[in-house]
Formats: sequence, structure tokens, C-alpha cells
Amino acid sequence: MQWLRDILDKVAPLFEKNGKLEILHPLYEATDTILFSTDEKTESGPHIRDNIDIKRVMILVVVSLVPCYIFGALNIGYQESLTFGLSSDWKTNLISGLLKIGPILAVTFATGAFWEVLFAVIRKHSISEGFLVTCALIPLTLPATIPLWQVAVGTSFGIVIGKEIFGGVGMNIFNPALTTRAFLYFTYPAQISGDKVWAIAPDGYSGATALSIPAGQLDANAVTLLNNASINTVFDFSWFNMFMGWVPGSIGETNKIIIIFSALFLIFTGITSWRIMIGSVIGLVFTALLTNLLSPYSSNAMLTIPPHYHLVMGSFLFGTVFMATEPVTSSHTELGKWYYGFFIGMLTVIIRSINPAYPEGIMLAILLMNAFAPLIDYFVVKSNIKKRMTRYAQ
Amino acid sequence: MALLSKKSKEAFKDPLMASNPISLQVLGICSALAVTVQVQTAVVMTLAVIAVLAASNTTISLLRNKIPGKVRIIIQLSVIATLVIVIDQILKAYMYDMSRQLSVFIALIITNCIVMGRAEAFAMQNNPKDSFLDGVGNGLGYGGILISVAVFREFLGNGSVYGVQIVPETLYSYGYENMGLMVLAPGAFVILGLIVWLHRIFAGIEAE
Repeated sequence: MQWLRDILDKVAPLFEKNGKLEILHPLYEATDTILFSTDEKTESGPHIRDNIDIKRVMILVVVSLVPCYIFGALNIGYQESLTFGLSSDWKTNLISGLLKIGPILAVTFATGAFWEVLFAVIRKHSISEGFLVTCALIPLTLPATIPLWQVAVGTSFGIVIGKEIFGGVGMNIFNPALTTRAFLYFTYPAQISGDKVWAIAPDGYSGATALSIPAGQLDANAVTLLNNASINTVFDFSWFNMFMGWVPGSIGETNKIIIIFSALFLIFTGITSWRIMIGSVIGLVFTALLTNLLSPYSSNAMLTIPPHYHLVMGSFLFGTVFMATEPVTSSHTELGKWYYGFFIGMLTVIIRSINPAYPEGIMLAILLMNAFAPLIDYFVVKSNIKKRMTRYAQ
Repeated sequence: MALLSKKSKEAFKDPLMASNPISLQVLGICSALAVTVQVQTAVVMTLAVIAVLAASNTTISLLRNKIPGKVRIIIQLSVIATLVIVIDQILKAYMYDMSRQLSVFIALIITNCIVMGRAEAFAMQNNPKDSFLDGVGNGLGYGGILISVAVFREFLGNGSVYGVQIVPETLYSYGYENMGLMVLAPGAFVILGLIVWLHRIFAGIEAE
């Protein structure tokens, strides 16, 4: 690899201060640090020595997302063959799924890289790897049928408004990947929710996601509605099938087993907080039980969804594992993470059940709690100070 | 002697860019969010605000030596309220549809911080001519931002500007779609935020 090092060293002066291509220094630096490990050392201040760094964290998150992509591709192909009434093996499913995901992924990364490099050049800082994780997450939250130009517009919004205007990686208030999805959700509602999603099939066909089946229905039991849908449509909305992920949905969220394994992987490598995940599951189960208790007094079918169905319907698990746990936008105190997670789970059920216009609530719940995370931390720290004060006073 | 003294010029020019009421002082945001879905409503709103600002500034400036300090806010408010009611009635008489679309937002000019703010901060200390220019300048500074927000919102949200279709039909047939978010209030927040951001970059203002 010495020849590569030689080439990089040879062009280096061009990008140094007063070099011809000084403005493109962030690009040079990014290429250099991706290919070779840096020889720069921390020179001042106290710092902790640990073998984990930002790059490793980001890479491990991306690794944990790969199974979601593979299953997503398989599922897209499977749903497509289902809607056309064909039978197909897993190879054709995988290929036709990858052909759908590939362009979305390419557009996301191209757009994300464009903005990241642009801001790095203007602000004269090095390119941060953070956008890789954001761009890897964005396609997983989208339906496979979304037009590519919308992906580009949404990614631009998520990167610029969600992250760069706050000062870049580590400064953002809201999760950029979810900001992208929220933007697309409210800007082009026809493509990301409702009947048009999953209409890969011929004209006149419409597919619905599990959550949109009981949404807006009156005086009915949600589980019965799902079972009826399993009989009347080509899709199977039984609990086990939704757990296994062979249902229409966004690319990465359908298979709950893969998400649970990814969660365990992330927890054991110490990347993400198990407190947030457990907290939000507790919040979801608690609130779902509460809505079940209230359901006899209301005609809203969403209130009758039992907790174990809530867990496998929609993107709750995906959101709580990959989105809610983002270290920048979640609570930082250990106690705060419990509250933060609990409220995400709680709000998810509330948004799902109470508002028929938003059958899925996890996205809005996480964004809302992102805004409240610093406040939770503030109160946790305040109460700690108070406790110590009283202990000291005795 | 020049037509306008340096001070008068400043009174007129400052609020256009250097101390723009919306993008730098962040006043009058509520109406900037509410009436900017279409350019037409934004233009009418701008004209109404310019008229109210200019007239209220002049009137209060004329009265400034007679107004007792303790009740000045009440007197300013009654002057402004009278003017707003006049504008509202004129719109109802001659542009009924427009006044329906603007609904309460014309009446809410009374509570627009810019009008009260200019009356209190400028008209109470300066002569009628400067106050008039200050009123027109602030109205234009407000309107400039209002109309630019409206142009973006109407173009992105409806594909038209001032009611004229800009985005061609063929583009729609290729799958282009209007941005639904731009018609909603958050769209105005985003556009307004971006305008404030750009304005501050070009004005060289880093922090408050």
C-alpha cells in the first residue's frame, strides 16, 4: 500500500494552507483518514484512553443495519410476488428487492455526501462520519415505492435543517434521519402513508400496512380486523407473521427478530443504551394496557390493540432501537434515559390510538422526546443536587 | 439642502436591511406565518401594515408633546386600533374576498409588535416627517420578508406565484408533486428560519 501513501503525500501540499486546492482540504483529509489511520495525537487537556472512537461506533451501527437491509430486500421481493400472485424463490426476491433498495440507498448517500462536503468546505472543518449512519438509516425508514427525487429532497432537508443549521454532527436537537422521514411524511403524504404505499403492483391495487387497517375504524376489535384482512387480502397479518416481518411496511422495520438481535449486538458492544429500549417497551406496554382498559368506553378500534400486537405492528421496535437511542439527541443521564424511553413508548401508543390521521406514532414520539431530552436531564441533575444538599445538611 | 436629511434617510433605510423588523428584531412573526400561504394575501397584508404604520407613526408623532407619559400606551393603542378598523372596513367594502381570506389577521395588526414598537420607540421622540418615513420603511422591511416567504411557500406548495401557475403540467405528469408541508404553518417556520439565517450571514451578525 506504500504507493497509495506516496500518492497521497505527493498531492498533500496542494491541499495544505495556501495550496491551490486549499478549499477542498476536508475532502483530502477524509480520503486520507479512511485509507490510513491518522498519526495525529491529542495534545492538550485531560482525555480518556479507550479503544472505542467515533468511527468504530458509527461502523458498528452500520454493521448492525446490514441484516435489516438484506431482510428488507427479501421482503420487498416477497410482497411484490404476493401482490402479482406469483410464486418465487428467495433469490429472485432478494434481487428484485435489491434493485428497489439500491437506487434509494445511492440517492441518499449521494445527497448526504454532497451537503456534508459542502458544509465541511464552507465551515472549514473535517468531514464527519456521522452522515454515514444518518444516510444508512434513512432508506430503512422509507417505503420501497417512494420516488427517488423525494428521497433526495428529504435527505437534503434532514441533513441541512435537521443537523447542519445547528452546527453539524453532535450539535443537533432532532435525529436527522427521523427529520427526513417527518419531512417526507408531511410534505408528500400520498407516497409515504396511506394506500399508495406498496402499490408496486398493477393499477387499482392497494396495499395497507398493519397499523392502517384498524385506524379510523369504529366499534370493532383491532385483532378481528387484522384477521379479516388476512383472509380478504393476499397479506397475512397474524401476530407471528408480523413478528417475522413478512408484511408490507417501510424497508427496514418489518422483521422484529433481526431488530432484536441487532439491539442485543448494540447493547453488548456498549454502543447504545439498553435503558432507553427497555424504558420505551415498558412505556408502550403500560399505555397499551391502559387503552385496552378504556376501550369499552370508546368506539375507537385502535384502543383495542393488545400490547403484544403494538410491539410487532409498525416501526416501534426499529425506532426505539436505532432512532431513540441516538446518543446526541437522547437523554444523557442514566435516570433520564428511563424517563425518556418510557415517554417515547407512552406517546407512541397515544398518537397511534387517539389520532386516526397518524396511524404510526413512533416517529413523532421520538422527535417530541428529542426536544424534551435536555429538560429531563436538567431535572435529573437538579434532583441529584438537591439529594446531596440534604445529605450534606444532616 | 438635500431633499432628505441624513437622519430621515436612515429612518427610512435602516429597517429595510440593517434592522429589519422580522429577520433581525424578530417582531411580527405571527402574521408572517399566517398570511404567507399565497403571495396575494401577503401583498395585501403588506399594504395594510404599511398604511397603518405610516399613519400611526405620523399621528402619534404629531401628538407626542401632548400625550401624558402615564397613559401613552392607551393613547397609542387607540390611534392604532382606529386605523386598523378603518383599513379592515375598506377591505371589506372593496376587496371582500380578500378580506375573507385574511380573516382576523387584518384586525390583529393592532397587536402586531412592530406597530406598537415603532410608535413607542420612534414616533414618541421624533418629528412627523421622520416618523412617517420610519413607518413606511418598517412596513416595507416587514413586507419584503413577508412576500419573499410567500413566494417560496406558494411556489413550492402550490406550484404558482401570485396565482399564476409556474410549474408546468408536464412536470406533474412526470411525477412531480407540490410540497404539502409548505402550505402548513411549519413550512413558514422553515422558510422564515432560512431567510433569517441567510440575512444574518450576509449582514455579518454572529450572535445577539
